[in-house]
Amino acid sequence: MKAAVLVFPGINRERDMARSLQLVSGKEAAMVWHTDRELPKGTDLVVIPGGFSYGDYLRCGAIAARSPVMEAVRKHADKGGLVLAVCNGFQIACEAGLLPGVLMRNARMKFMCKEVHMRVERSDTPFTRRYNAGSVIRVPVAHGEGNYVADAETLARLEGENLVAFRYASADGVVDPHFNGSMNAIAGILSEKLNVLGLMPHPENHVDPIVGPTDGRRLFESLIETLEAA
Amino acid sequence: MIPNEPKITPELVAEHGLKPDEYERFRKLIGREPSFTELGIVSAMWNEHCSYKSSKVHLRGLPTKAPWVIQGPGENAGVIDIGDGLACVFKMESHNHPSFIEPYQGAATGVGGILRDVFTMGARPIACLNALRFGDPKHPRTRSLVSGVVAGIGGYGNSFGVPTVGGSVGFHPRYDGNILVNAMAVGLAEKDKIFYAKATGVGRPVVYLGSKTGRDGIHGATMASAEFGENSDEKRPTVQVGDPFAEKLLLEASLEIMAKGCVIAIQDMGAAGLTCSAVEMGAKGDLGVTLDLDSVPTREAAMTAYEMMLSESQERMLMVLKPEKEKEAEEIFKKWGLDFAIVGKTTDTSRFIVRYHGDVMADLPIKELGDQAPEYNRPYAEPKKLPVLDPQSVPCPVSIVEALQKLIGSPDLCSKRWVWEQYDHIILNNTIQRPGGDAAVVRVEDGPKALAMTTDVTPRYCEADPFEGGKQAVAEAWRNLTAVGARPLAITDNLNFGNPERPEIMGQFVYCVRGIAEACKVLDFPVVSGNVSLYNETNGRGILPTPTIGGVGVLDDLSKSATLVFKSEGEEILLVGDTKGWLGQSSFLATVLGREEGAPPPVDLALEKKNGDFVRSLIGQGLTTAVHDLSDGGLLVALAEMAMASGIGAVLKASPAGISPHAYWFGEDQARYLITMKSADLPKAVAAASKAGVLLRHLGTTGGRQLTLPGCDPILVSSLHKLHESWLPSYMAGELAV
Repeated sequence: MKAAVLVFPGINRERDMARSLQLVSGKEAAMVWHTDRELPKGTDLVVIPGGFSYGDYLRCGAIAARSPVMEAVRKHADKGGLVLAVCNGFQIACEAGLLPGVLMRNARMKFMCKEVHMRVERSDTPFTRRYNAGSVIRVPVAHGEGNYVADAETLARLEGENLVAFRYASADGVVDPHFNGSMNAIAGILSEKLNVLGLMPHPENHVDPIVGPTDGRRLFESLIETLEAA
Repeated sequence: MIPNEPKITPELVAEHGLKPDEYERFRKLIGREPSFTELGIVSAMWNEHCSYKSSKVHLRGLPTKAPWVIQGPGENAGVIDIGDGLACVFKMESHNHPSFIEPYQGAATGVGGILRDVFTMGARPIACLNALRFGDPKHPRTRSLVSGVVAGIGGYGNSFGVPTVGGSVGFHPRYDGNILVNAMAVGLAEKDKIFYAKATGVGRPVVYLGSKTGRDGIHGATMASAEFGENSDEKRPTVQVGDPFAEKLLLEASLEIMAKGCVIAIQDMGAAGLTCSAVEMGAKGDLGVTLDLDSVPTREAAMTAYEMMLSESQERMLMVLKPEKEKEAEEIFKKWGLDFAIVGKTTDTSRFIVRYHGDVMADLPIKELGDQAPEYNRPYAEPKKLPVLDPQSVPCPVSIVEALQKLIGSPDLCSKRWVWEQYDHIILNNTIQRPGGDAAVVRVEDGPKALAMTTDVTPRYCEADPFEGGKQAVAEAWRNLTAVGARPLAITDNLNFGNPERPEIMGQFVYCVRGIAEACKVLDFPVVSGNVSLYNETNGRGILPTPTIGGVGVLDDLSKSATLVFKSEGEEILLVGDTKGWLGQSSFLATVLGREEGAPPPVDLALEKKNGDFVRSLIGQGLTTAVHDLSDGGLLVALAEMAMASGIGAVLKASPAGISPHAYWFGEDQARYLITMKSADLPKAVAAASKAGVLLRHLGTTGGRQLTLPGCDPILVSSLHKLHESWLPSYMAGELAV
C-alpha cells in the first residue's frame, strides 16, 4: 500500500489517519500538501481525512474541493484509483464531484461525538471485503454536518445501483433514520466504479485496541488486501 | 502633544477603571500627564486581570516547587517533567465575564486563549478540560447560557482539533448573574525545547504573527476587572470573536518555526493584546521595546494607536526571532497563509515606545509598567465558622432509594453526556478514559505512559468554610487522579471570586488560598500555573467562592489504570476510608431537603495521603477491578455510578449500627474510595490495608441487574440509568417544568 493523506489548512485528523494506516499496514503514508499538483509516484490510495478545512467557513469542503491537489485526485479516481474520504473528506469529495449529494447540518443542529452502529451494506467492494454484508459495526462519529442529502433521482440511483456502503443502525442492525437526519440513514456511499468511498464515521479512530473497539480496522485491512491482490 | 486626542479628565480616568490614587501613582512615575494612548496602556497593565494587584500578596504563599517542576507560575503556562525527556505544559484560565455577555464567543475564545498559552511554550496541545458553573436552572437565562457556552467550547476545540476530555458542570442560583467558564489546556513538549517570553538581544526584530488586528475586545481585560450591573449587555462589543481555523494555522506555523530554531522569545497576545505581550517580553528580558504601529496588520481602516494597543483580536502572537532565521520564518508563515510583520525592535533603553504616523504615542518605563503596578493588601474578614451539623438532627423524609433517585437525577449529579457529546473527545486517538470517569486518561505518544487530568472544586464547601473548601478542592483533584491509578504531579488553579474590595469576599479569597497552599504542601502537589478572576458579581451579590483546581498526574503504564465501571458479577465491593456520616453542606442536604447548612466535611490531609497511596498501590499491583472516588452524594451515589456505567447491579450489606442509614449512605466524609476486586484477592488487600493502617470495609458483592439495599425494594440499574441520563437533555429541550 502506498497511501497519500491530503493536508488542507484546517484539516485535523490527518495524524490520526496516518497513524492508523501505519498501524494496520506497517507502512508510512505520504502527507500531501493542498497546493501540490501531483500525487507522490506510485500512490495507490488517496485519503482525504477529517477536520475543518478552511474552518468550514463557506460551506464544508467547498474551498478545499477547489485546491490544486484535487485535480490530481480526480485524475487518480478517473483511472480507477482508490479514494477514501472520511468526515470532512466526505464533504470535500461531494463538493469536488467525486461523489453525489451533500452533507447538511445534523437534524438536531448539534455537533455529535459518540459511538454509533452502522450496518455494512455490501462486502464486495475494495473497502469492505473483510466485513460481512449485513453485519453491524461500531464506529465513532464526530461531526456537526453529516446529514446526507441528495435529490430523489440521485438517491434512487444510489439505491438502485447498490452504492450505499454503510447505514446508521441499532446494535442489532435495524436501520436508524433519525441519527443525524441522513436520507435513507446513509452513513457512507460509493462511487459508480466502487473506487471512491465517502463516509462520515471515523474508522481510523477505532483501530487501536489500547484506545477502544477495533471495528474500523477491517476497512483498512480490506484496502490492503485489495491492493495486494491487484 | 498629540493632535486630536481626548483630554485626560478624572471622568476619563475613572472610565478606564483606574482609581484616582492609581492614576496619581502613574502620573508621578512618568513625571507628566499621560497621553490618551498611555492612559489606555496603563489601564490595561494595571487592571486586576493583568496585574493581580489584589491577589499577588496572597498567591506568594502557594507552594510552586518540586523536583519535577520545570516552570512554575509567571509564564504563559506551567511545565512539569513527566520523564523520558518529555514535559507536560498546562494551565487553566477563566473567561467568565465575556461568556455571560456573549456565551458562544466568550467560551470559544476562552478555549482559544488557553490553547495559545500552551502552544506558545512550544507544546502541542493534547487535551482540553473545563469547569462550568451556571445559575439556577429556573433562571430564564440559564438554558441559553448552557447551550451557548457548550456550543462555543465545542465549536472552538473541535475545529482546532484537540480532544475535550473532561470537566465539570454545576448549577447554583449564586451564578445567576455571573456564570463561570474555566478552560484548561494540556500540551506535550520535549523537555529541553520549551519556549519562554523573555526577550534577549538588543536591536532584534519584534515580529507580529497570526490574524489581523481589529477593534474587537478593546478593554476586555478592564471589563473582566469590574462587576456587572444592570446594563452588562452593553458590554457585548468588548467580547472578542474566535477563529479556530486561524488558531489551528497559528499552532502549526508556530511549532514549525520553533522546530526550525527561529524563535528567541514568544508571547501570545491575550488579555490587553499588543500592550501586554510587548511589555512582558521586554520587561522579562530587561530590554526596551519600540513598536511601530504603521506596520501592524489591521483588518479595519483608520484604527487609532489607542485601539491597536488595546485590541484583543484573537489568534495573534508576538515573537523575537533570530535575525538570520527571519526569512525562513516568514516563508513558513506565508505557507500557512498567516500575517507576518516586523512591528518593532528590542532596545537597551528600558522604555516602551509606541510610534504611529510619525508621532510618539507612548513613551513609558517598561519595567515599572509591569512591576510597579499597585499592589494591595486589602482588608479581609476572617470567615465565620459554621456549627457542625449533627447527623441525628437531619431527618430523611423519603426512603434511601428515593433519595438516591433524586440525587442522581439532580442538575448537579446527573449525567453530563448532553454536554460532552458535543465535544470531540476522541480526536488524536489517545483518549484512554473518556469523559464520565474520575479523571480523563490520555496516552502520551504511543504509550505506555499516559497523563491523567481532572478539574475539581466544591463551591458550597468553600462558601461555608473557605479554608477547608480550598483544601478539599485540591484533595478532590488529587483523589480523582489517584482513582485512575495516576501519580498526582501538579495543579493549575483558577480562582473565581467576587469583589475583593469587600472584606468578606477578600476573606474568602485569602482563606481559600491558604487552604489550597496547605493541601498542596502536604500532598506534594505544587501549583505551576493559574489565573485569578475577581469581581464575579452582579448588583453587589458575589458568586460562591470557586477556586477551580486543574490537576495533572502521570501513569507510567496505562495498562495499569483503573476505571469506575463494575467489571463482572460476583466481585467484592470495598470501601476505603472512614465513614462518620457527615451531612453538613452535603448534596443530600441540599437536594433532598433544600438546605445548605453547617460546616463542610473537614479534610484530613495526612489521611488523604495514606488512603490514596494505598489505593494507588493496589491498582499498581493489579488487585482492583474498579475504583471510584467518593465525593458529592457520598457512598451510595458513587456505587450507583459504578453500577450505571456497567449495567451490573450489587447486593449491599446494611449500614452499621450507631449511624443513621441516610448519613451512612449519603454523608460526604473525605478521603474515601470504592474499590472492587475478585474474591481471591481479598486476603491480600486486607493484609495490605492492615499493614498500611487503612480502614477497609466490605460493603457487598456485584451481581444481577439491580441494586439491593437491606430493607428497601431492589431497584433496576437500568431505571437508575434512565433517571441519571434524562435530566439534562429534557431540561435543554425545554421539556421540564423546573
